[in-house]
Amino acid sequence: MKNKLLRVLLILAILLVVIIVDFPILKDLKSNVFKKEVSAVLGLDLRGGMQVVLQAPEGYSIDQETLQVAATILENRSNALGVSEVVFQVAGDNYIVGEFPGLENISEVIGVIKQTGMLEFVDVGDNFLAPGTEIRTDYQIGGQVTPEVVTPTPAPLNVGQPEIASPQPTGSTVYHTVITGADLASVVVTPPQNPADGYAVAFTLKPEAKDTFGAFTKANVGKLLAIVLDKKIVSTPVIHQAIETGEGSISGQGENAYTFDEANNLRITLFYGTLPVALEIAESRVVGPTLGQASLQKSLFAAAIGFAIVSLFMLIYYRAPGFVAILSILFFGLITFALYLLIPVTLTLPGIAGFLLSVGSALDANILQFERIKEELRKGRTLFQAVDLGWRRAWPSIRDSNLATIITSSILFWFGSTFGATIVKGFALTLALGVAVSLFTALFVTRTLLNLGVKSLEKADKKRWFGI
Amino acid sequence: MNILGKRYLFFLFSLLLIIPGLIIIALGGLPLSIDFKGGSLVELGFAMDKAPQSSEILVIYNDNNIIDAQVQNSVDNESALAVIKSSSLSQDQYNSIIGALRSTYDANLVERRFDTVGPSISQSVTSRALMAVGIAAIAVIIYITFAFRGIAHAFRYGVCAIIAMLHDILIVISLGAIGSKLFGWQMDSLYLTALLTVIGFSTQDKIVVFDRIRENEPILRKIPFEKLVNHSIIQSLQRSINTQLMTVEFLLLALALFGGDTLREMCIILLIGLLSGTYSSIFIAAPILVVWENKEWKTWFRKTKAIQA
Repeated sequence: MKNKLLRVLLILAILLVVIIVDFPILKDLKSNVFKKEVSAVLGLDLRGGMQVVLQAPEGYSIDQETLQVAATILENRSNALGVSEVVFQVAGDNYIVGEFPGLENISEVIGVIKQTGMLEFVDVGDNFLAPGTEIRTDYQIGGQVTPEVVTPTPAPLNVGQPEIASPQPTGSTVYHTVITGADLASVVVTPPQNPADGYAVAFTLKPEAKDTFGAFTKANVGKLLAIVLDKKIVSTPVIHQAIETGEGSISGQGENAYTFDEANNLRITLFYGTLPVALEIAESRVVGPTLGQASLQKSLFAAAIGFAIVSLFMLIYYRAPGFVAILSILFFGLITFALYLLIPVTLTLPGIAGFLLSVGSALDANILQFERIKEELRKGRTLFQAVDLGWRRAWPSIRDSNLATIITSSILFWFGSTFGATIVKGFALTLALGVAVSLFTALFVTRTLLNLGVKSLEKADKKRWFGI
Repeated sequence: MNILGKRYLFFLFSLLLIIPGLIIIALGGLPLSIDFKGGSLVELGFAMDKAPQSSEILVIYNDNNIIDAQVQNSVDNESALAVIKSSSLSQDQYNSIIGALRSTYDANLVERRFDTVGPSISQSVTSRALMAVGIAAIAVIIYITFAFRGIAHAFRYGVCAIIAMLHDILIVISLGAIGSKLFGWQMDSLYLTALLTVIGFSTQDKIVVFDRIRENEPILRKIPFEKLVNHSIIQSLQRSINTQLMTVEFLLLALALFGGDTLREMCIILLIGLLSGTYSSIFIAAPILVVWENKEWKTWFRKTKAIQA
């Protein structure tokens, strides 16, 4: 008896939580409870947008770290464009999947991806340039550093004090590129030499660039050397001494000392400023926002009609238990949706298919129990015995069939995330979640509600209430 | 009701459904969409009075050096749709085509979809999808063997479930092939989703039916295995009909009728695929158990006439 009360309380508690999660009317309460924005994430096929799959050219093998770095660089670049919620993810051993929700301008995206990521070390003399400043250099993509071009190092306006340039293209000034990212042999982060210093980024030059860089730094000690990515200033360190061995390091001082993360970001920029691999667009999909929304609305409408018909059938065929089943399925829907919101699960068309299949197995769990209850009633057992036995007979089949589905969907999920098959992944995730929840609702909700009903229906007409 | 007595008729019936599809595939290959073989798909919406003819679209494609384009026209919500499939378009080609269509026909045309898939990615996804399904099948056999360890020949139940699952996959593939001939269907990523759904449902349903045999075996040990299985099938028949026909199929039917064009093809495949999942539990998986128990293959070639009679 105590057990039963506990179950009812548990069910009510869960109901309260999922209602808070599910309904947007309770938005304030929701954000208070969960301390974060909880709302449905729609996939590109439902909200419209663009998806690209990038791939290294045939014959290249790349390791996971390289891919990860490339994805990070691409994401940073895209975010710099002001496109919101862009995500680049490594998928499988060879792909990067980029998603641009709601994006309309396709060529802009292609531009970002095709950008080469040119890294240059630029002679700016005493001219301090703030990060983000666009500049012009004498190095052209695909070309060489051309020493015969005269280096128009601008005359410092205020000697000794670095001038802060406004973050706009600095007009006609063309700076000289000393070396490029292609001249770097290796870049590592080094820990502070004494606790007051920050981390530093140590680099080694390729032999052919050693002399150029040595001669330049020797002549320019105390001046500034700008690190420039895609013609934009990344940082402007000071040359402390001549670097003739081809090995140098970049460090900040005092307040500007680097933390490990800052140093590491700089390392990634230096070494991978150029994307670590040339990436090709293996696949691209653009879904217009109208198509996605129309199919979402229609599907929801259709699902509502379908559910109404199913409810009607359950009521007519199973009577009182049928009503329990409807409550149980509604409960199932609320919990599942709450999980989608909390995890969060990106809802796509395949995801909805997975959800529908799990609705089917939730219904099946109810039907399995009711059929057994009917059988036991026909054998002349009392209602109390029939409900109890019906449950015990149905449980092994509910358990084993659902566990097998969970096993299948876990394997599909693993496959989908390892090999970048996003469709399979979305399907498997909603199916596995749905089946797990349906096991829960079968175990707790249907059974508890049936047990509650047993008392009041013990003397009722079995023909009318149970459809026998 | 003796279902198992007619088991070879059911096998024959399934073969009659599967073989036409396999013949179509043998002759013309799988009707793969660009998702699996690479290429471009463009979907455009025009105002009714400004829509170009298919041939006019093809001319514009030809101007951009694409000679293998195919156009399908349809109507949706008062706009004329054109779905154009071709070999891969570059971004420049796409822009140029859209520009030409805008200036010549409808300045306000809607770009509903533009998919481009390279051939290498599609191949690797397909082969790995097959691998995943294979691994899942082995896992299911192991699980069923474990779950049925209390009764004789537990391993057989797993294998029969997988054979019946393969049957369902073949039915869906055959359906896709027949659909491609009749309605121009293509096997795309939604088709793959439908296939996965059928696979998931198939094993689930087999286990429910096998569960009855598992439950009855210790009680009805004295009667022949064939009768035991037949009895178990009939006991679970009402549940199969209710779960399958009355609920799942209703949901899908509603989606197929009201769910919009994107989902219709997928829903029809699901309708038939899931029906096959239920059918094969009763008429394929359980009968094969009996065939295995009786080792009937020993008599297949000696007494062929006796079985047909």
